[in-house]
Parts: sequence; structure tokens; C-alpha cells
Amino acid sequence: MIQLKGISKTFSGAKAVHALNNVHLHIPAGKIFGIIGPSGAGKSTLLRCINLLETPDQGEVWVDNVRLDTLSPKELRRARQKMGMIFQHFNLLSSRTVAENVAFPLEIAKVDPAQRRLAVAELLELVGLSDKANAYPAQLSGGQKQRVGIARALANKPRVLLCDEATSALDPETTKSVLQLLKSINEQFNLTIVVITHEMSVIQEICDLVAVLEHGTVQEWGPVVEVFTRPQAQATKRMLRGTFAANIPPELLDRPSQSRGPRRLLKLSFVGDRAHQPIISHMVQNYKVDANILFGRIDQMKDLPFGMLVLELVGDEERLSQAVSFLESQQVELEVLA
Amino acid sequence: MLQQAFIETLTMVGASTAIAAVCGLPLGLILACTASGHILEQPVINRILGAVINVGRSIPFIILMVAVIPFTRFVVGTSIGTTAAIVPLSIAAIPFVARLVESAVFEIDRGVIEAAQSMGSSPWQIIWKVLIPEARPALVLGLTITTVNLVGYSAMAGAIGGGGLGDLAIRYGYQRFRADVMLQTVVLLVILVQALQTLGDWASRKLSRR
Repeated sequence: MIQLKGISKTFSGAKAVHALNNVHLHIPAGKIFGIIGPSGAGKSTLLRCINLLETPDQGEVWVDNVRLDTLSPKELRRARQKMGMIFQHFNLLSSRTVAENVAFPLEIAKVDPAQRRLAVAELLELVGLSDKANAYPAQLSGGQKQRVGIARALANKPRVLLCDEATSALDPETTKSVLQLLKSINEQFNLTIVVITHEMSVIQEICDLVAVLEHGTVQEWGPVVEVFTRPQAQATKRMLRGTFAANIPPELLDRPSQSRGPRRLLKLSFVGDRAHQPIISHMVQNYKVDANILFGRIDQMKDLPFGMLVLELVGDEERLSQAVSFLESQQVELEVLA
Repeated sequence: MLQQAFIETLTMVGASTAIAAVCGLPLGLILACTASGHILEQPVINRILGAVINVGRSIPFIILMVAVIPFTRFVVGTSIGTTAAIVPLSIAAIPFVARLVESAVFEIDRGVIEAAQSMGSSPWQIIWKVLIPEARPALVLGLTITTVNLVGYSAMAGAIGGGGLGDLAIRYGYQRFRADVMLQTVVLLVILVQALQTLGDWASRKLSRR
């Protein structure tokens, strides 16, 4: 749906800033694609290159098989009408009511007034703000403002929705509900959504794919579960620190064993259905080893449960190796630590 | 006498405010929109227009009034009287209004303009549907300041026979030592300015939805 080919952007000034450096991205249709990175990584610039609010110095921007960076201003404006965008600070027109704000892009696209009214009512229904149609933005809470922003962004039935730190100004509770709304819109309209954020939880909750951006380059990208469970780039590992099971408290590994005799220290990672199945209990019953859970946690990534356990197995040598090979046959990510 | 002077003041101030608003608004919009980083970035036009406006604002009014006499005669056919005074008053107020409009437009959150651009608005649509409506409360306040300023300027219109309250105060109150006339005109001017400011504040508040 969206393809960025070799995008570079430098901001000139007293000190030139290389915001983006040869960025390649392919964002498939109907997916929620997250771009995460620390502030100053170039996320905002990258997002703005997609709808050409920033003009890249180099590279090509393709959306829906149209190359945007070579369009005339007029053609570009038409293309932008098919791309919605929401913002961290909502950017609603303070002089317009909620309904008038949602009607704005329809006016821009010269939709006739009768149709406009119909569409606005429908959109407000969708975001659950029908009763606020005549309120002004100043009378709304942050979450409500962002819902207006979403309704406005969807008005012209876009193929793509760009979200610029859309939940960063909201409290955790409101963030959740706005993310749920984005997720349901994605499913309902098969809308491609690009999210930039510095919050891990946003990616974890709604994204299918993620790209990690640092110093203006994509460090790695892929399905969220893959990137988060098997991070390759240093940037990803740094970000994951303390968030996910990726790291085990070191004192666990150094602790002397409580039991005499052979033992194994294992790290198991489960993704999806596997996280629901009683693998450990099977192992204990069938191979007669003792399992001691040293550390564990279960997280949710979008709809996938993702769990991690650190186990100490105690038993005789033969049973231990049988137990380990059983676990290896179970499609769980297994790492023998000691 | 007082009543006639009052009507002359209202005529001069009302007409020149209207003309200054009509001419100053587009100038101010051009000034704001051509500034660097704005929707119609045009550094050269911006710099030239800015310089011209600064020249206009730096000429003392009493000198401007005399300097534009030929132009005044060309426009209204005479260079003396209330109608003639409207011309220099307007010319003095136009650059002032332009700067006020410019700053009112700069006050608008850039994010809102960016949002409009992201929806595919043309520069013209942004001016009509975003800049003007969003700046309206600030524009009304600016126009109020302009009007009050023009009340002050109009006092000097006596120099070209424009009449009005200020002129009355100078000729009768000051030059003929008529303390009663002086007092009456000053009180009337104070009331006028208060009324204008109150009206402007009220209208601006009424328009503001923040």
C-alpha cells in the first residue's frame, strides 16, 4: 500500500540535521504498521514524508501505486484527500463545532451539503460522539478531541490513516480506548494505519508490523512478535529493556542451586496458542523431573499472548535430556541457560 | 456645535476604520502567508511588503496628512474638510491593520494549518476556512485598537479642516480658553473610547470558542 524507497531528508540550518537516511519501508494494505523510536529519531519526519507534508530530498514515495513526490501541487492535494492524519495535539479548529470540524475535509473535497450532513452524522456515530455534535473543541476532553480527529480523518474514506503520536497526550485509560477504536476501524474498513510512537505499549497493543527507527535509519522491521521476541538491533534491545521478557534478572542465573544433582536452567518463550497449552505439566508428568519456576511473565501482543518462563529442572541426567528434547519438539522457543 | 463635532469624529473614524480594514486585511494576510515557513512562502515579496509597511508606519501622522494632499484631492476632489481627512486617516491605519492581521495569523497554532494541509486544502481554502475564522477574535481586538487609535489621530484632522471633537477642543477649548468646551469634548472622547473598547472586547469574547 505504501512504499518508501530510499528516503533521505536533511534539515539545513546552523547545524544540518540528517533526519532521515536512505529509509526503505513497505507497508502492506490493511495492516497496522508501527514506527517506534526515541525522540529525535526522525519518526515525525518519516510520517510526514508519506503525505508529503515534508518533501524528501531523495527517494520515492508510493501510495496505492501512485508516486506522490512527482505529482503537481493540485494532484497532490487530491491524493491527500484520500489519506487521513491524526495528531498528538489533535489540531482541531477551535472556531468550529465538532460537527463542523468533521465536515471540514468534506468541504475541502467539495462534497455537497446534504451528503456532508449525512456523512458527519455517521462518522460521529462511529466514534461515539453524536451527542457532542454542537460542542466546541474547548469543551471536550482529550480523548473526545482525538475521537473528533479520527472522525475528521476518516471523512473522505481514506485508504490510509497516519497517526502522529496520537495517544501521547492522553492518559493511559483514554489511550486504551482510542487504540481500541483505531483497531476496530482497521478491521471494519480494512484501512491501512501507520502509527508513530515512542510508547512500546502502543505497538504491543495494536500493531501487526513494527519498524524500529533510530538516527534516521530503520534498524530493523518485521512482525511485532518477531521483532519483540527476537530483537536483533541494539536499538530494539535497548528499547525492550525492562519492557518484555527479553531480559532475565541476572541474579537469577548466578544463584546457587538449592538442590544437589544434575539440573538444567531453561528459558522458554511461548507465542500464540502455545501459551495456552499445559506443556510444563505434561513434561513433569511424563518425564518425572522436578520443575521449579524461577521467573515468568505473560504479555499480550495485539491478539497474541506471549509468555516467557525460566525453569530449573532437577532430576537424573537421562530424564533431563528427555525432558529437554520433549520441550524442543513442542515448538516453543527454548534456550538452555545452564 | 458639540453634536456636529461628534458626528464628524464618528464619520472620520468609522469610514477610515472600514477602509483600513478592507485594505489592511488582505495586506496582512499576504504578509503572514508569504513569511518563511508559511503556506505561500515568498521571501522577496514578504521583505518588500514589510519594508513598505514599515515606512508607512514611521511617518508622523501630521506630516503624512500634508504629504498626501495631492492624492487626497485626486481621490475626493478636495483637500479640506471631513471627507478629505478620511483619506490620510485611512492611509495611516492600513499598515497598522496589516501588522495586526499578520500577528493575529501568526498566533494560530501551526498544527491546525498542517492538519488542513494534510486533508488536501489549497492555500486559498486555508486562508478562507482556517486563517480568517481562527484569527477572528484577535482580528476584532486588533480592529478595536485601530479604531481607538483613529479617534486620537482624528484630533489632528483639524489641520486640514476635518473638524471633529479633537479639533473643537483645540480651537475652542485651548486657543479660546473655553474650559467648558474643553471639558465637554474630553468627556465625550473618553466615553467614546470606553464604549468602543467595551464593544470590541465583548465581540471578541463572543467570537472566541476557546
